[in-house]
Amino acid sequence: MAAPAAAQTEDPGSTSTTVGAAPDPSAGAVRGRLLDLKETDASEDDVPVPGVRITVEDSDGQEAGTAETDSGGLFRIPLPGEGTYTAKLDEDSLPDGVSVADDEIEFTLGPGQSRTLLFALNAPNRRTEGKVDLFLQSLVDGTYFGLLLALASVGLSLIYGTTGLVNFAHGELVTMGAIFAFWFNQTLGWPLILSGVLAVLATGAVGWLLDAAFWGPLRRRGTGNTALMVISIGVALAVLNLYLYVFGGRTRPYADYRAQPAIDFGTVSLPPKRIIGALLCLFFLVAVATALQRTRTGKAMRAISDSRDLAASSGINVDRVIRFVWLFGAGLAALGGILFSLSQDVNFEQGSSMLLLLFAAITLGGLGAAYGALIGGFVIGLFVSVSAVWVPTELKNVGALVVLILVLLVRPQGILGARERIG
Amino acid sequence: MDWGLIFRSTGQAAIGPDACYYALAAAGLNVHIGYTGLLNFGQAAFGAAGAYGLAVAVVTYGVSFWAALFIGLLVSIVLALVLGFPTLRLRTDYLAIVTLAAAEIIRLVVRSVRYTATLGGTDGLQAFGDAFFRLNPFDGGSYTPLEFRPDQVWLLVCAWPLVVVVLLVTFLLMRSPWGRVVKAIREDEDAVRSLGKNTYWYKMQSLMLGGVFGALAGIVFAMSKQSVNPDDYGTRFTFTAVAVMILGGTARVVGPVVGSVIFIGVLQFLDVFLRQAIDAGLIPGWVPIDVNKVAIIRLIFVGATLVLLMIYRPQGILGDRREVAIRDR
Repeated sequence: MAAPAAAQTEDPGSTSTTVGAAPDPSAGAVRGRLLDLKETDASEDDVPVPGVRITVEDSDGQEAGTAETDSGGLFRIPLPGEGTYTAKLDEDSLPDGVSVADDEIEFTLGPGQSRTLLFALNAPNRRTEGKVDLFLQSLVDGTYFGLLLALASVGLSLIYGTTGLVNFAHGELVTMGAIFAFWFNQTLGWPLILSGVLAVLATGAVGWLLDAAFWGPLRRRGTGNTALMVISIGVALAVLNLYLYVFGGRTRPYADYRAQPAIDFGTVSLPPKRIIGALLCLFFLVAVATALQRTRTGKAMRAISDSRDLAASSGINVDRVIRFVWLFGAGLAALGGILFSLSQDVNFEQGSSMLLLLFAAITLGGLGAAYGALIGGFVIGLFVSVSAVWVPTELKNVGALVVLILVLLVRPQGILGARERIG
Repeated sequence: MDWGLIFRSTGQAAIGPDACYYALAAAGLNVHIGYTGLLNFGQAAFGAAGAYGLAVAVVTYGVSFWAALFIGLLVSIVLALVLGFPTLRLRTDYLAIVTLAAAEIIRLVVRSVRYTATLGGTDGLQAFGDAFFRLNPFDGGSYTPLEFRPDQVWLLVCAWPLVVVVLLVTFLLMRSPWGRVVKAIREDEDAVRSLGKNTYWYKMQSLMLGGVFGALAGIVFAMSKQSVNPDDYGTRFTFTAVAVMILGGTARVVGPVVGSVIFIGVLQFLDVFLRQAIDAGLIPGWVPIDVNKVAIIRLIFVGATLVLLMIYRPQGILGDRREVAIRDR
């Protein structure tokens, strides 16, 4: 979901300005902001770079405009109209220790358009390695992402299997874990490991409460699955914006293990926190699989997924088992969110932007199939990361969503789903 | 507190461009969800198809505005075919997930750097509606008491009749044999299929029809802003339209307009009222609120409205509880 800029109407006070384009309909501008990106990924470490000269030339090489960045690193160059331009950054005007990867940017401007230019200053770890190294690294990154997607999607799949609810608010449980951990860790100053454990427990408790006080009663009064789906959308929208309200729109890191130096394994490098995180994921995934296979509650969960009525008539307390599903599903989602934030920091919409990947995961694995989520999550996570070798980073999620649609086309019941589920 | 401003602003929103395009978007959703029972959670994709079809054709390819309008509608029909092909054979929850995913795919592609030259990237595209606004017969002077600007008046004078046409088409279609088949699909698809109807094709037609309405919504939205931006066509657009449709009453012809006028009016009232109350210092200091957070409260309100409506009054204002499609089957 996009940041909620107030797209609604103009300032109610102003009445006389015309919307019909700018004063001179052919005039445009370029603007941008120069930031020193430093070594870390965290965005608040970026420092604006003032006093840098940027010149724009038109297609004939004539100077069309020039400007210097102000104290906030901002620049804006008005341009005469449409055409192809080249923006040049004067490297001599850069302060010492700041370098630019590419000092020329070519761009086209339509009539009345404004463009934003990006110069990459001191961009961290610019990769110059070959495709093979990049592929290996993304394979490792993808394994991590796949494991945590698998973890986060177990709850979504089990909740669907046992109650029929397609929970569009599941991503918010992922975010909840990350935000709880952030709160314990940064605000209360507790160590991250303790904070993480507490956040998982707290989110699990919220999941339990959600079923006890909200979804359970709705289910019992006979609200249909489709209505529940719409309700979950409303919940997702409200809670997402509640996070934005309370947590703010900025991406913020945990206090511990921030800029952990990566260990080099030949062509692949990894910080220790990722290795431990991956092992943790693996441990919990095995634990989930074992619990589903061996424990009474786990067996009951699978039984209810297969047939709720048969399970109920064979003496399983369905409501109690569903409550456990919510407890564990929410806890695992929270764990996924925390491990995600360990490498990507905490953001209010991390879960909601992961939601469609989670759906892709459980659809691929088989909607409602207990083990499907584990396989589907892993495959989707790996696919998203590895596809980034060939696809621009901003489009890598598109690949996964296209896979989702292709799966529905070819094998709609997913890898492990039963054929009659899709009816 | 300037109550004059609050009520003027509320009135402006209730009959202004916002209410107009949400009414169109909800009318499309009403065909999908209300009449056919197709759970489309990607109406933003159809809106984007219409708006970008228009804007890209004019700005990037230099097509004339009037031809570009049809291109926008054509793109939405193609989108309906592409979306419907894999999903309409499946159960409705799959359609919900896929339409949501499709809307996100479109938004991500449109805002990507790679296609900036064609689609405008995050800056969007501007100045595509000049041909339309040149025909504006209204000139200066404020149109009291609501004080719309002349170009807004011109847009509204064209767009509200469009809404009426859309509702009329819906009304006539839904009492035709086609409409009866579509409503029967909503009630029991297997029964319709066993009567020899090709339900797949009927659902596809419904998806296209509602998609075209959604594209019209996108076009009115784009014209009212004089700009298309990828993030305007995110989930906020879809879910506000869903809330509007449910509030007005699913499977009621005038439901979308009633829902839109009321809901968009209430949203704007809430917005301006809160801003005024904060400025006037009426909100006690311990409440963590400031003017920048009013836009967030709006969205929390939209979400909460959806939840409460679905729980307590799924038929909305005008609906008939027996005809609410959103139920178990």
